[in-house]
Formats: sequence, structure tokens, C-alpha cells
Amino acid sequence: MTSAPAAPPREARPRASGEWQALRGVSRGDVVYRVVLTALALILPALLLIIAGELVVGAWPAIRQFGAGFLTRSVWDPVVGDFGALPLIVGTLYTSLVAMVIAVPLALGVAIFLTEFAPRWLRRPVATLVELLAAVPSVIYGLWGVFVLLPVLRDGLWPMLRPALSWLPFFRGAFYGPSVLAAGVILSIMVLPYIAAVSREVLLAVPASQREGALALGATRWETVWTVILPYGRAGIVGAVILGLGRALGETMAVTMLIGNRHEISLSLIEPGYTIAAAIANEFAEAATDIHLSALVYIALVLFGLSVLINAIARWLIWRVARGSAAGSSAL
Amino acid sequence: MVTVRTTLLAALVAFSSSPLAAQSEIRLTGAGATFPYPIYSKWVLEYTKTRPHIEINYQSIGSGGGIRQFMDRTVDFGATDGPMADSQIAAVRGNVLHIPTVLGAVVPVYFLEGVSQQLRFTPELLSGIFLGQITNWNDSRIAAANPGVTLPNRDIVVVHRSDGSGTTYVWTDYLSKVSPEWLRRVGRSTSVSWPVGLGGRGNEGVASTVRRTPGAIGYVELVYAVQNRIAYGLVRNRSGQFVNATLASTTAAAAGAMATIPASTDFRISITDPAAADAYPIASFTWILLPREATDATRARALLEFLWWATHEGQRFATELGYAALPARVVELVEQRLRTVSAGGRPVLPAGYGGRAARRG
Repeated sequence: MTSAPAAPPREARPRASGEWQALRGVSRGDVVYRVVLTALALILPALLLIIAGELVVGAWPAIRQFGAGFLTRSVWDPVVGDFGALPLIVGTLYTSLVAMVIAVPLALGVAIFLTEFAPRWLRRPVATLVELLAAVPSVIYGLWGVFVLLPVLRDGLWPMLRPALSWLPFFRGAFYGPSVLAAGVILSIMVLPYIAAVSREVLLAVPASQREGALALGATRWETVWTVILPYGRAGIVGAVILGLGRALGETMAVTMLIGNRHEISLSLIEPGYTIAAAIANEFAEAATDIHLSALVYIALVLFGLSVLINAIARWLIWRVARGSAAGSSAL
Repeated sequence: MVTVRTTLLAALVAFSSSPLAAQSEIRLTGAGATFPYPIYSKWVLEYTKTRPHIEINYQSIGSGGGIRQFMDRTVDFGATDGPMADSQIAAVRGNVLHIPTVLGAVVPVYFLEGVSQQLRFTPELLSGIFLGQITNWNDSRIAAANPGVTLPNRDIVVVHRSDGSGTTYVWTDYLSKVSPEWLRRVGRSTSVSWPVGLGGRGNEGVASTVRRTPGAIGYVELVYAVQNRIAYGLVRNRSGQFVNATLASTTAAAAGAMATIPASTDFRISITDPAAADAYPIASFTWILLPREATDATRARALLEFLWWATHEGQRFATELGYAALPARVVELVEQRLRTVSAGGRPVLPAGYGGRAARRG
């Protein structure tokens, strides 16, 4: 809305306001068109505000009763009506972190391979297949996790890795299957196509002259990727990662099937945990008391705030890294 | 035959009194518990087959949602696996009837490789395991209840429901009755703060976790365990018998519990841990909620007739689908309750309604 629809030609002499009116309101249709588009454009921001407002209203009893302590306490007892969300917040961030640690290198690898190294005939099919991963419904990922991933992790991988890893605080305790690790792995597979697809577009947008310049200076292909192409597209890549992170934070069905749904904070990856989205999905329908329901809306508000915060950080990051080289930021 | 004749009679009566009402479509909506959804949809199907002017729409959104929608009066009837709390009843100014429709049982399911016998659980074992005090299958207390069974040296992995559920209510209600420590530390509700264990979503989530985790123990609806052929244990009841959960022993639990309940009951009663010798101790009613004072006599009449049919002729579909039927004493009391429903100060059901059908059916 910053630029007027029809900018006057620069050399035009100043006009009287009546002439302006005549120019701007060339036809009634234009006015209607603009009003309709403005209204449409404002609906989404309004929706966002309404959602935030609804959440605050719904959460108000819990906010009054628990205050900010809700965010730092670990108790979750629907019987006596005492609630604290710390395990949920930690679990949400922890599973997303695990997912990003696994998914980002993989997705970047896929994107770099597809744009720089893959033979031409292989690029399109592989890119399509990776993007197809995004089309699989999350409950299917959950089922696959229960039937394939959990047994493989628990009975295949863990017995081999246990002697080497069990001294680490991340691998303490008994591994029954449903765990932060399992949820993180499934999340990484789910967010991978988003990060890979956007990163690929970003890398494709890097001008060929940049590549040719680097190669002409004697860089190897690896050096070209590492010192020229990735830095050129970094803003877009950060954006791709944030897109994946946003999806990981809010994912519900597959996570609840694999995480073990336990209200406890544990550093160990092989112990069960819980996430905000999973808890809401699990308990909302059968919330027995008003304060239970309100506490669930309160954690929804927390998740909402968390997403807004992460998006703000992402904007800031992109703004910072985009100064100087802006390639690919258009992909956002 | 009886059904058909009653229907014809009812239609005739309705026709003679208010021809328009009999012709116009009646649409009833209900919402609530997921556990009785299969039997409710079967009932609706069978009932409306012969009564094309009635349409009944039941949405299984969960007991909590059923109670809330009933309290908001957005549905004609609610359905729940756990009774409404006193505060909730006060919020609708007591204008509610709890009508039990069928019975369900909850069984302990487990996965132990190399154990083929059906394990026996005492109340102390179940509360000890779910409190996290008994942590290995070779614990001497488990062995004492299961003479002759070789139990492996394996960690016990407790699996519970992660979603709020009437099944959890029944299970924790039972544990609260048999273990003072459970009552003090955990209590009874549709979702509780579990001392130990993994959470699975839904009966299927618990069952699939149990079946894939050696040493796991969980709890699911009897129907679910039977249909999916999951091993479940016998539970010792109050009179000291180890009872296998069956439809008959579940009905026996209700009959046993009703023996000590006054006829004026509002049916918000727990039938876990009854005294009867043949009763399976972890069982519960599932209820339909309807207003005691209706606003629309025609709709109320249609709903009452449906419930009357469901608690009489409809009961024979229960066993087919794995639900335990109501004992005769409960049906008798349900009849009395349904007769008390009024609209505008006058009873909705005529004085002699269902007399013959009830006695024969």
C-alpha cells in the first residue's frame, strides 16, 4: 500500500487537486477493485489477531491462576487442577532441535547435490521424489514410525550403539522405543522436503556468472559451493530452515504416536517426552474441568508466542545476512 | 413382532393427536463418548430403518465434549463414559438425567514372551505396578499370585492412555478404590498425572505400544482386547476370585453393584470393585445425558422412545458388538427414570407406555 497505483510522470507540472481526483478515480471499477483487494488483504492479519485474542480470552482463567509460573513449573495434574508447562515447552524445543540437527545437513546436501553435482537426467526425478515426502500425511509417518522406525531404533541400532554411547547424558536410561529421539527422527524426515525444496530453488537462483567466476579463479567445485554459492544464497537458506522449524514445532500426530507422551524433562534422547501440540491434541477433547481446558488454551497461546518469536528471529536473521547479498531472499 | 406393533401403535397415537408432528421429520443430534460409538450407530441404523421420519445423528467427540455440548444445549443428548460432576450438574440447575445404556470392562493387557498362561493380577499388584513400585516381572509378589508360571527377568514398562478417556476414568477409579496410596497420590479422572510409564494415544495407541514392547503392561477396553487378540489378565475381585473379563462377568458386576444401590439412584454410580462373587471388578456404565425438563415435547418424545428401545430391544445388539448388556434391575430403574421426563409440566411418555413390550422384551 506504500506506492500509489498510478505514479504521475515525473516531468508533469503540478496539478490542481480537482485534476488529481479526476486522474485517480478514472473509473468506479478501480475504486471497487481497490477496496475489495484491501479488504481481502486485511482479512488474514485480522484473523491472526482474532486467534490471538481468542487464545488470551480462553486462557485467562489459567493465566490468572498460574501466572507466569505456568511456564516454569513441571506439574501436570488434571485431578487436582494444577498445571505447569515447562516439560511441554522443553519437549517441543528439544524434538525440533533434534529434527533440525538431522534434517538441515541432509536437506542442504540434497539441494547442493541436485543443483551442482547430479547428472542432469537425475535432477528432476530426485527433486520430485524428495518433494513427494511432503505429500505424505503425518498420521502415515506416525504409523510408519510405530511399525518400522521404533523397532529398527530399539532392536537394530540401539544394541549396537549402546556400548559406545551409554556414558553420554543424552543416552541415559532404558530405551523402550517411544522417545524424544524417535520423534526427532520422524520430524526430521517430515521437514526435510521443505528445507530441501526451498534451498534448491535458492541455489538455482544463484547466477551462473558466480559459479563461472569462482571456477575461473581456480576453485574446485567443492570450494565453489562452499565459498561462493552457499554464502550467496544464505538468506534464502536461513529462510528454508526456519520454514522447516516452524513445521517441526507444530507437528502433532506423528509426534504424539512416537514420543511416549510423558510430562517429564529429561536430557536423555531415549527417554519419553511430550510436546505442546501433542498435549493439546491428546487432552482437549476430554478435558474434565474448566481449568484443565483453560490450561490447554494457555499452552496453545505459548506455542503461538513461540512461533511468532521464532519467526521474528528468522526475519531478523535474514535481514542481517541479506545485507550485501540478497539472492534467494525473494524465495521467501 | 412386538416392536413393529408398538411402533404402529405409537404412530397411530401420534397421528391421531397431532397429524403434523407425525409427518414431519424429527432430527435428533447427540455427541459424546467414543467408546459406545459402534453400538450407538448400530442402534441408530436399526431404529431408523423402521422409522424413516426420525433421523438421529451421533458424533463421537469424546465424553468431555459430550458433557460440554449437553450443558450448552447444542445437542439433544450427550453421551459420556464418566458421570457429570456435581458442579456441572449445578451449572444446568439439576436439569439432567443419566441413563445407562450398556456396560464396558477394562482389562490389563501385557506382552511377555514365553508366558502362555493367562496371568493373574491382584488389586495390590495392579496398583503397585502402576505406581512404579513393582518394576520387574520376576518380582516375588507377581510370582505369588501366579504359581507355576515362570516369569522372566524383565523390566515392567507401564503404558497408559495419553488422551483423556473414559477408559482411564474407569481404570483409575478402580485403582483409587483398591489402593489408598493411589487415591492420595494420583486419584481418578479422565486424565491423571501418571507416576510412571509411556503414553499411547487411544486404545489402539496403548495396544500397539504394548504389543511391540516386551515387558509392557497397559489397559484397554475389553472389546478392543478381544477383537485384536491381545493377552489380558485375570483380576481378583473383592470376594477373592480371579475373574476373567467377559460380557457375563461385566453384567454381573453391574448386578452386584446395584444390589446395594437404592432405587432412587441418579445412576452416577461407580460399579468398580463390587462384592459379587462372579463379578469382574473393573467395569462401568456408559451414559446418555438428557434434560429432565424438555422444552419441545415432540422431540423429547422421540428421544425417549429411542432410549426405551435401546435399553430394551436394542440390548441384543450389544453382545454382538462386544458390550455387556444392562442387568434387568437396571432396565427397570431406567424405565422409571424415562417416565419422569416432562415438558411444560406434563410427562412426555404416556402413562402406559411400553408396558407390554417391556415385559416381553
